[in-house]
Amino acid sequence: MMAMNPLRRISLRLAGALAAGLLLPLRAFAAWNKEAFQSRTAADALKGLGVAASSDSKDIVIEAPQIAENGQVVPVEVTSQLPNTKSIAVVIEKNPFPLAAKFEFGDGALPYIKVNVKMGESSFVRVVAEAGGRFYTASKEVKVTIGGCGG
Amino acid sequence: MADPMKIRATMKGDLADVRVLMVHPMETGQRKDASGNVVPLHFIQQLSVRVNGRLMIEGQISQAVARNPVFSFRLKGVKAGDSLEIAWLDNRGERSQSVASIA
Amino acid sequence: MNRFAVLVVVLALGVSRADAQDTKKEIEKYQKMIADSSPVELFELQGETLWKKRQGPSNVSLKRCDLGLGAGELKGAYALLPRHFKDADRVMDLETRLLHCMVTLQGRSREEATKRVFGNADTPSEIEYLSAYIAGESRGTPMAPGSAHPKEAAAYELGRKLFFYRAGPWDFSCASCHGEEGKRIRMQDLPILSTPAAARPVVATWPAYRVSNSEFKTMQWRINDCYRQMRMPEPNYASDLTVAITTYLSVTGRGEPYRGPGTKR
Repeated sequence: MMAMNPLRRISLRLAGALAAGLLLPLRAFAAWNKEAFQSRTAADALKGLGVAASSDSKDIVIEAPQIAENGQVVPVEVTSQLPNTKSIAVVIEKNPFPLAAKFEFGDGALPYIKVNVKMGESSFVRVVAEAGGRFYTASKEVKVTIGGCGG
Repeated sequence: MADPMKIRATMKGDLADVRVLMVHPMETGQRKDASGNVVPLHFIQQLSVRVNGRLMIEGQISQAVARNPVFSFRLKGVKAGDSLEIAWLDNRGERSQSVASIA
Repeated sequence: MNRFAVLVVVLALGVSRADAQDTKKEIEKYQKMIADSSPVELFELQGETLWKKRQGPSNVSLKRCDLGLGAGELKGAYALLPRHFKDADRVMDLETRLLHCMVTLQGRSREEATKRVFGNADTPSEIEYLSAYIAGESRGTPMAPGSAHPKEAAAYELGRKLFFYRAGPWDFSCASCHGEEGKRIRMQDLPILSTPAAARPVVATWPAYRVSNSEFKTMQWRINDCYRQMRMPEPNYASDLTVAITTYLSVTGRGEPYRGPGTKR
């Protein structure tokens, strides 16, 4: 590195820093919804999200395994086919804190997410989507087992 | 680990398939370490996805998301070469930002 | 048996064959979904950084390590292991060979290099990262461990003997769990590793990330832990015994295109 042109060395460092996001403006985030995320029941979590009422919808597609070999990582994939879907929330009904995630979609983002969640026990995974000013919901049961010899 | 985030973004037709791997313990505050001490709550709370500086997706998550989280998103109206930036902030105020070109 | 007794037996058995098949399919779906969204790649990336890092008294990187295809040649090298290496005149698996390079190239002591071979979720070990990286470079390559050299053949034979050798307080061998049809531990089907059909997908997906504890596990760890579960003494790291077992398994499972470091429950 000693023999390298100092200018080249500096520009390489800059490129690295840029890739590492070091030169980006520090991003601000909307406040974390403490009330919803710290709710102990699915009903309270939904209240915290401002969901007063919701109707069942077949346009929310949940792809999740019926049996998870381990509750530490349960992949959940959600696609909303409801027009103008603004947000998708994932609630794991039997978890100690049921609300696991909420995503909001701007222009250009498809109402689609895949996320790995932790499940404490077999439970329904409920998805609530907000579209056209109303809330819609769907759920899927995931059974959680413990696999193997613990090794 | 050297890089707290790995982004893969590829165009599939007119949609961008985005996959991001994050390095984070996502501790629930329930786990005990080898000495029997409770490992304190430590998890990513917020994340954002921007393309060419424009906010596309904003996410809030809990400690119920798995350790070393992996997320998948889909974007439209973007093209190869566009700059994709993902940022996160955790409950301790630690943050990470990473940029990748859509392939 | 009268009809009433038959009814009782049928009810007692509960799960029909169809149910068991559905369960298996659903678990396979889970396995596929976690493999799709796995942090394994992060281990490979860190492994690459460590591969290039100057270390030890000689202050060199591992880049000149010969894994069988020439110094620093990584593409497809893992798929050809274990194999005999002339310079050490030994059959070596990935971890054994890495250790060899750490000692001979970097000048590190075996004691220092093996101080912490098995890591944990917060701090994986150097060898775990390196294993992920090097194995990843063999994606798509058919598994083809060495079998022609007399020492390779001898390692295979020893591995085969060990697979069926019953010992320890429970009189267990590998075959006690992995040698009979239809066996399982909780929800885990136990593959009969002495058969190619079962060995192939196993050999094609190790080393692997374990989601249950967020740890990256290598074959040396897997063998070590099997011996622990059989209540037998801990095998020495990178010993001839461990290499022989890996040789036996890899040769039994040869031909399968390597899928990259796996993601398992």
